[in-house]
Amino acid sequence: MQITLNHLERSYGELHAVNDVSLTIPSNKIFGIIGKSGAGKSTLVRLISLLEKPDSGEVYYDDKRVDNLSSEELMMHRRHIGMIFQNFNLFSSRDCAGNIAYPMEINGYKRDVIDKRVKDLLHVVGLDGRENARISTLSGGQKQRVAIARALSCNPGILFCDEATSALDPQTTSSILDLIKELQKKMSLTVVMITHQMEVVRDACEEVAVLNDGVVVEEGKVSDIFSKPQHPVTKDFLSRLVGVDQGKKTDTVYQWSRTKGSYILRFPGEVTDKPIISMISKKFDVDFNLRAGGVQTVGGEEIGTMYVDIICSDPAKLPEVISALRGEGLIVEEVKK
Amino acid sequence: MNWTTFSRLILPATGQTLVMVFFSTLFSLILGFPLGVLLMATSREDQGGITPHRMLNEVMDKIVNVLRSFPFIILMIVLFPLSRLILHTAIGTKATIVPLSIAAAPFVARVVESALKEVDPGVIQAARAMGSTNRQIIVKVLVPEALPSLIDGVTLTIINLIGYSAMAGAIGGGGLGDLAIRYGYQRFRPEIMAVAVIVILVLVQVIQFAGNKLSAKMLASR
Repeated sequence: MQITLNHLERSYGELHAVNDVSLTIPSNKIFGIIGKSGAGKSTLVRLISLLEKPDSGEVYYDDKRVDNLSSEELMMHRRHIGMIFQNFNLFSSRDCAGNIAYPMEINGYKRDVIDKRVKDLLHVVGLDGRENARISTLSGGQKQRVAIARALSCNPGILFCDEATSALDPQTTSSILDLIKELQKKMSLTVVMITHQMEVVRDACEEVAVLNDGVVVEEGKVSDIFSKPQHPVTKDFLSRLVGVDQGKKTDTVYQWSRTKGSYILRFPGEVTDKPIISMISKKFDVDFNLRAGGVQTVGGEEIGTMYVDIICSDPAKLPEVISALRGEGLIVEEVKK
Repeated sequence: MNWTTFSRLILPATGQTLVMVFFSTLFSLILGFPLGVLLMATSREDQGGITPHRMLNEVMDKIVNVLRSFPFIILMIVLFPLSRLILHTAIGTKATIVPLSIAAAPFVARVVESALKEVDPGVIQAARAMGSTNRQIIVKVLVPEALPSLIDGVTLTIINLIGYSAMAGAIGGGGLGDLAIRYGYQRFRPEIMAVAVIVILVLVQVIQFAGNKLSAKMLASR
């Protein structure tokens, strides 16, 4: 199901939590919405998951406008949406099976259908035979698996993940993301991931929108955003990501010197076959000191990243050198001191 | 005190107290439980209200407060006509059930309200996100999630009613309080007063113990 947002606005008093957001969330993909806390993510997800109505603007599921429905119709629509949360929000009064059964119960499924589907779903999320397990006996990752099974029990077209991995450790995060990716393909879901973790976007999403102060400042394919970040907020997210090993074997940025250097050079796919650094070094008579480097797999594309110092006798020449690097297709960022 | 006194005075009085407490607990739950649910449901959204309604909430809140601050002994007298209307009498064990129920109902409402408000708002949000009706949220989520606290609340209500019923006895309701006053105080038989008080103490202990056990068992199975 494709979701279209049209000039969404939502304020709380003076605060513009969501300010004129227009987005198209494509069908059948994992779409990330990243932002710092207070950027308006939670409000945005409440608006697009129909938990809250916008002050103005429209929300469309495929071609159907859904923001102006009556509360009765909204309720029926929510039954076709799956949602998982940072704190899992499972019912402690029910066991695993009872939690997964809940959406089917309120949808009026027959008991034998429910029991069979609970068993199937537990298998899908890797918790075979845990029907009667108490929620309090499960680990964080297992709780999120139960929550995923519950969210998907009525075959929704959309799955919203509201900071779904923020309470989990890196290894568990990674396994939950793998599960979501697998289920997205298997069930043809449109997945919307709201997060403040760039690792989540890198490891799971195909497209991403960057939210800041209630405004979408950047959006596009994850590989494009990673190779050519435009907005300072995006660059800030990316600069925090580099060098953080989140347990993905394919991503290795090693740092071999004590400091990281004053510039970050990013090498998008198409420029990796040229000896750009030595070319520039000879042409401008400057030296590069390499301090850290590696490759990150981003949305299926590999992006080389390098931390360097640029040493030149005449500091006035520096801007010229940087624009020459950019001219060769590199992304150059100055590291904030 | 011999067995005859015990079986002639204490046993019937204990029976009357139990009848008063049982039925007034039942009726105060019937009156107070829905009121407590409504108080919670119509409260502000950030307090977990699932269908916020400020006016209704404030009116109910005020009624509950006024009723709760009403001295019980006066409430009983005020409610004599109501007892007469319902039961055609204002004295006796049966008749006291009316003021007892009405006095305890607002207490039950508060207890239920606060128990339901303890339920994690995230869980309520999840239930709402799945498309639950308000009724489904209350019946299938709020009440089961809050059940251990609700049981604690009912225990507290029963114990309060045991205390109130002793007071009600003093104005013609019968029961252990009545016995203690009439025989122990007015007829100078302190041993009867002592036994009546001991029976009340034992009743309270038993109820408290059973209530605690039940809610602890429920919590342990989660």
